[in-house]
Amino acid sequence: MHSLDLHDHGTPATHGAPVTLNIDGADVTVPAGTSVMRAAAVAGGAIPKLCATDSLKPFGSCRLCLVEIDGQRGFPASCTTLVAPGMKVKTESEKLEQLRKGVVELYLSDHPEDCKECAAGDRCELHQVAADLGVTEVRYGRDGQSHQKGKVDDSNPYFSFDPSACIVCSRCVRACGEVQGTFALTIDGRGFASKVVASQDEGFLASECVSCGACVESCPTGALTEKSLMRIGQPDKVVKTTCAYCGVGCSFDAEVKGDKVSRMVPSRDGGANRGHACVKGRFSYTYTTHADRITSPMIRKKITDPWQKVTWDEAFQHAASEFKRIQKTYGRNSVGGITSSRCTNEEAYLVQKLIRAALGVNNVDTCARVCHSPTGYGLGQTLGTSAGTQNFDSVQFSDVIVVIGANPTEGHPVFGSRMKRRLREGAKLIVVDPRSIELVSSPHIHADYHLQLKPGTNVALINSIAHVVATEGLIDEAYVAERCEDAAFNKWRAFVSEQRNSPEAMENVTGVPAAMVRGAARLYAKGGNGAIYYGLGVTEHSQGSTMVLGIANLAMATGNIGREGVGVNPLRGQNNVQGSCDMGSFPHELAGYRHISDTVTRELFEKDWGAKIDSEPGLRIPNMFEAALDGTFKGFYVQGEDPAQSDPNTLHVTAALEAMECVIVQDLFLNETAKYAHVFFPGASFIEKDGTFTNAERRISRIRKITEPLGGLADWEATIGFAKALGYEMHYAHPSEIMDEIARLTPTFRNVSYTKLDEVGSIQWPCNDAAPEGTPTMHIGKFVRGKGRFFVTEYVPTEERSSSRFPLLLTTGRILSQYNVGAQTRRTENAVWYDEDRIEIHPHDAENRGINSGDWVGIASRAGETVLRAIVTERVQPGVVYTTFHFPESGANVITTENSDWATNCPEYKVTAVQLTKVGQPSAWQQRFKSENAEQLRLLREAATARKERLA
Amino acid sequence: MNIEHLVTMANDIGNFFTSEAGDAAAPKEVATHITKFWDPRMRSQIIGHSKSGGEGLSPVALTAVGLLVPPVQRD
Repeated sequence: MHSLDLHDHGTPATHGAPVTLNIDGADVTVPAGTSVMRAAAVAGGAIPKLCATDSLKPFGSCRLCLVEIDGQRGFPASCTTLVAPGMKVKTESEKLEQLRKGVVELYLSDHPEDCKECAAGDRCELHQVAADLGVTEVRYGRDGQSHQKGKVDDSNPYFSFDPSACIVCSRCVRACGEVQGTFALTIDGRGFASKVVASQDEGFLASECVSCGACVESCPTGALTEKSLMRIGQPDKVVKTTCAYCGVGCSFDAEVKGDKVSRMVPSRDGGANRGHACVKGRFSYTYTTHADRITSPMIRKKITDPWQKVTWDEAFQHAASEFKRIQKTYGRNSVGGITSSRCTNEEAYLVQKLIRAALGVNNVDTCARVCHSPTGYGLGQTLGTSAGTQNFDSVQFSDVIVVIGANPTEGHPVFGSRMKRRLREGAKLIVVDPRSIELVSSPHIHADYHLQLKPGTNVALINSIAHVVATEGLIDEAYVAERCEDAAFNKWRAFVSEQRNSPEAMENVTGVPAAMVRGAARLYAKGGNGAIYYGLGVTEHSQGSTMVLGIANLAMATGNIGREGVGVNPLRGQNNVQGSCDMGSFPHELAGYRHISDTVTRELFEKDWGAKIDSEPGLRIPNMFEAALDGTFKGFYVQGEDPAQSDPNTLHVTAALEAMECVIVQDLFLNETAKYAHVFFPGASFIEKDGTFTNAERRISRIRKITEPLGGLADWEATIGFAKALGYEMHYAHPSEIMDEIARLTPTFRNVSYTKLDEVGSIQWPCNDAAPEGTPTMHIGKFVRGKGRFFVTEYVPTEERSSSRFPLLLTTGRILSQYNVGAQTRRTENAVWYDEDRIEIHPHDAENRGINSGDWVGIASRAGETVLRAIVTERVQPGVVYTTFHFPESGANVITTENSDWATNCPEYKVTAVQLTKVGQPSAWQQRFKSENAEQLRLLREAATARKERLA
Repeated sequence: MNIEHLVTMANDIGNFFTSEAGDAAAPKEVATHITKFWDPRMRSQIIGHSKSGGEGLSPVALTAVGLLVPPVQRD
């Protein structure tokens, strides 16, 4: 079922030369390639249809959209008939009405009579068409054969399939293929026996279906329906908002009844997602009302004390007095905090403002530290700006797509689907990954090259690719001469041309056959528009920044930056990682990536904020933990992050948290960090506040309040309250005023405002007088820094190497149904697909250790030990094991080490030397985690009791 | 702060800039990087370590640390 306010044109838009035709006596001009159906819709008419919708290619099966065309025999289907100059079309006639009524009557004869039971209600397209045509009776009776007793498939937690309402229009099947690219659905049988089935007719849950919901949305009847819609009912309004999961930043039309979301429908005009969604964005928002939500501020003196529920004001006063005490006792720089990549731009901005202005320190950081900080460094140094170069639409114009250390179909699924669509159209694919991700081989997609390198050898590989480009005459000499610094380029060219960087010389290091490297390099350099997409498999290494530099070098050398279809595109992990970085969350820079030592910038902020700003960089997250263990960092304000689960070397992190005297956590749930906290500010979910997120393509999009914050305050309001208690007033009545301040102080945001966002939907920064409508593609004509700069990228092996004691290399990643630390998705129905982290191991390594799938195995590294169940699979290569980190009890980060990127301290999550052994019980850490977790939950329950007593 | 970590970090920065800028220019680049990204207490500590011999610091890192301006504590 479509969005409440969708005007469906029936078939997709095209971009041909103008063609004028006549429809029902009126001239209409549309692009060549447009269907007659769409032309009629553009002209304001509506030809009846059931199998057509403008997100799918025309299919021509329902026979409702018949029209008459002068000079043509019969009654062509308007969805599959293209416009032609001078064509004369009649969409209404007695004969057409007779034909359409006959078709509708046949459909109705095998469709439930009573619509009252159907969640689609009056939005069922079949009943709408019947009403429009005045079909009120079915002449055929209901006693014959029908599908009315078909069994409902209720297996999927989020939607059900009722075959009795299905008209076998194939919209669901086509959506699964064309939009999502999974091809899980099909029409089984022929003629009357035709029916929609998932995979081999095994039910939706057990099938290959990834629950993106494209089928549900495309269904014209109530055959496929969201269970939330059945439960809550038809909406009474639509609120435009943005998903709070990954960095794709999908736009949604939230359909709301009262203050409840009855369903989420991806916006067709969403710049990032173009009407598509994944299981998380469309369905997994139910965590927002989960019983685990903490809705009252709480304080306690020691982390072994029960929580005490207090008023917001009491919480602010307590937190402020503690931070003041700590600063007085241990010095001004003994406090700091983390902005959230899950909260809004405005909230990240306020937290860093509080830390810099109210606390007078620059000890502020954000979760990008542990994911994409090397992107900021690398792209800033080479190109001049710390962000991706393209919009997501750009992939439609790519000829060669290179995916390095990213798994788009799992981590960024909506963009993954768009990428797959382009690949099905014929674009070439190079995958650089130690593991066989889905893109390597999936329905209708096969990577032309899978460079299956050993973990930790990215830089060696990018240098060998660059060697081929430099030594085989594949450099775009004119581009480089015009746009890049000569001296740096020549130095780089000489470096990569050295024989020691050749694919043959590097083969033993990377494990990738030289011939494959040469083939991939030639394809990228000369295959047309070459676009690189990369993820944490690039950045989370000791040479993460070097690899980003290497990627940018390669793109510049081949002329693949500065137009549509090309570029260097970091796939950001969380919804607002880009935004939190933009907002001045790093300890060394203010909003807009301006260094804290720059007096002019600092004075600009000081004047606006009415506070002195320290000119020295502050501590980064790992440095904060080090300083805590050293006794010089004692107060920590964490908004919407969970370093106790997400950061490497858990024992190190938790020891640091324990060494602090006041940890303030602001979150939806009692997360792992909150178990070490002394103050808890209840967070507000994305449906409880206004604000903006900035996605991986620099796109700023609005979130809009649907319901009041369960805890009483939005996160930005809580930060204001805390600042006030510290003695620093912030005066904002609405987040739009915070954005106005950001725009006032940040050149790249100069023309951004809520008014503008309401007008245009979303904006990609820079948005200023030079680019008043934003900047979809960066570096056109010249780089932001002027001339692009090449860097020499010497490969330096990580210190984390396999040994006789730890012979395997562990790498980590994500899965589609869970998200990051799992705090949100674990509190949804998504556990039916993935309810625990598992360790993947190659059959050879498993056999040597007597490990079978499902066995419990101990994973030991020099940092710690944990136990997970095994999956024996050839997705990983021999010598490599892989796990996810969505469940705290897994302790995935108990085994990762504190190795980090040389430039930014981004942890090296992607390489940990480990040994695996079959075991029979959880690790000592897991056993301790279990008991400590139980104790913390008890202390939380006591808070609930205490509150009741107090009220009594 | 764990001085071994600071030494490792300084050496890693030194490795990068030695290949990028060459032996002669590397110390200045390393010093600039550290000044730009390290908190004053980290800089003070590595300066103190270098003054007591700089055990573990590579030659480039040691020279670079020698170029650092001691931070002024505002507390």
